[in-house]
Amino acid sequence: MTTVTQGTPGAAVTAAPGPRPRRRRPVLAYVAKRLVITIGLLLGVTVLTFGLVQVVPGDPVTANLSDQALNDPAAVAAFQAKWGLDQPVYVQYLHYLGNLLHGDLGTSQQTGRAVAEDLLQYVPATMELAIPTMLLALLLGTGIGMLAAVRNGRLTDQLIRVGALLGLSTPPFWLSLVVLYLFFYRFGLAPSGGRLSPGFTPPDTVTGMYTVDAMLAGQWELAWDAAQHLLLPILVLTCLTVAILVRFVRSSMLEVLGQDYIKAAYAKGLPTGLVLRRHLLRAGLVPVITVSGLAFASLLSGTVLVENIFGWPGLGQYAYRSASALDLPAILGASLFVALVYTLVNLTVDLLYGLIDPRIRIS
Amino acid sequence: MTTLAHADPKAAKSLRRRSWLRRLRGADTGRPIWRQPVTVVALSILAAWLLIALAAPLIAPYDPIAQSIDTYQPPTGAHWFGTDSLGRDVFSRVVHGARLSIPLALAIVALALLLGGLLGLVAGYVGRLLDEAVMRLTDLVFAFPQIILAMAVTAAFGPSTGNAILALVIVSWPVYARVIRSAVLTIRGEDYLNASRLLGVGPIRTLRRDVLPNSVGPAIVLATLELGNAVLLLAALSFLGLGPRPPAAEWGSMVALGAQDLSMWWVSVFPGLAILTVVLAFNVLGDALRDRLDPRYMNGR
Repeated sequence: MTTVTQGTPGAAVTAAPGPRPRRRRPVLAYVAKRLVITIGLLLGVTVLTFGLVQVVPGDPVTANLSDQALNDPAAVAAFQAKWGLDQPVYVQYLHYLGNLLHGDLGTSQQTGRAVAEDLLQYVPATMELAIPTMLLALLLGTGIGMLAAVRNGRLTDQLIRVGALLGLSTPPFWLSLVVLYLFFYRFGLAPSGGRLSPGFTPPDTVTGMYTVDAMLAGQWELAWDAAQHLLLPILVLTCLTVAILVRFVRSSMLEVLGQDYIKAAYAKGLPTGLVLRRHLLRAGLVPVITVSGLAFASLLSGTVLVENIFGWPGLGQYAYRSASALDLPAILGASLFVALVYTLVNLTVDLLYGLIDPRIRIS
Repeated sequence: MTTLAHADPKAAKSLRRRSWLRRLRGADTGRPIWRQPVTVVALSILAAWLLIALAAPLIAPYDPIAQSIDTYQPPTGAHWFGTDSLGRDVFSRVVHGARLSIPLALAIVALALLLGGLLGLVAGYVGRLLDEAVMRLTDLVFAFPQIILAMAVTAAFGPSTGNAILALVIVSWPVYARVIRSAVLTIRGEDYLNASRLLGVGPIRTLRRDVLPNSVGPAIVLATLELGNAVLLLAALSFLGLGPRPPAAEWGSMVALGAQDLSMWWVSVFPGLAILTVVLAFNVLGDALRDRLDPRYMNGR
């Protein structure tokens, strides 16, 4: 299900023999190729979002004009001319594309503000959840996945596999509620939701991430309060993301463990810790880079549901509110933004992978 | 096997088809997949849910959508799972929820398999421009996290059961297209296909008789894996209010109802557990299937 680029294993071997005149070209060609593909993909994404606006039942004219104006052909024509609705579809698309390039994602019917402006406000809140979650999940996912691989088939491995499957099978929105019930309602260990407790005012905006901004301003009490509000949403999101990573890391490490050079390292009498660090971790982590893109996507999906429960004013909640209010410019703007971010993450992942593993970029 | 393939395409085909069935039957590991303890547990859970779905009206003590003045009753002998904010019996609603979630998930996966399978089959067999077009289309869908695109599609078409299914089919067909396509690519140059072409068999008949049976296996295993995902996505959509319209007893929207008042934990805990058990059973089953077959066989590469 991932969009992993996989090279044919034999490709490196079949490269032409003899000295190569320019050694750096393959990398550049690879980067250029990936960039072109990404730009094409993003164009496709805009066609898709534009197409969704077109197929929507409901005419913008009737939706926006009063009954009286609708009876006046001149008013209808003026409205259509103003918004370019009298133009052929492809002209409208080019307009749409032109607006996008200027950062104009349309106007939200709900907030009455530009969608781009809304996003600027909501996205940092999501980043405040997503960045620590991703770091934590990569760390935990690698550690636990490696442990499972080394203990392959034993009790530890079985328990980890069951835990990962449970994490994959739990609805994120339900887990959020359970966690909230336990840690807020039952034990009172964490706040119920939102980004700050009542009585606190947000710090001056630098990054838009309250914890960071408060620390930058030296408001330690505020930073501590903001950090407490991060706790539960990050807990839920990390559980989900780790579950995906563990399974992948485990199978990737198992593959490496079966290689001859690991056996050789053991046969040489190298201590286990050294073999695991030097040989297993290095080789086993390369494919993990590719799955982090997938994990990131699931994290973004998770935020839609988790932010909703925790009253977290982030991108996910913005998308949800727009979708449930059928605020089309907002939902399409948000999904376009998410697709952009996700595509760029995948591009980075592909480039990194190509740089690390030369077999990939040749294919 | 190579000599057989040269001599008799049919024999080669049956050998090929039998190879993945044989692995499921445990020719190399000694135990058939349906005798493995975990698979037995998963299959039993699914069988139980299937029975519950079929016999829902007999099992449920109350009408799942009948409101009453007994709102927010905690779990008791009269209401095993308590009642919700409208006084509806949560147990009856969970039981009836199986009639929605399970068939809808099956429908989503079946439709996605059909659409993706067909596109992948033709793309892989015809190749060239068509192949390129279909593959770029899959890239396009993969550019969105599934739930986000599904939300956008349902928001555009209006929230309803049908549109939720449509949205989830749209976001899930590409996996099958890729898997079938790569399976088709691996057999495209095989002698038995050339043989049938030389015999004057038309492309549609070749696709149906020779290509499809030899490439559909991995996609079906993948579909099993995706069933759990379909249940989860559907529940998420209806949790967000974009699934079956209220008062339908859908598990996701029932969990959402419980979010209104945290102290009434039973309103959301039981439907959530229902989702969890079904999805877990599907995932365990899919995992066991994947373990038996080569994992690299399964990724849409």
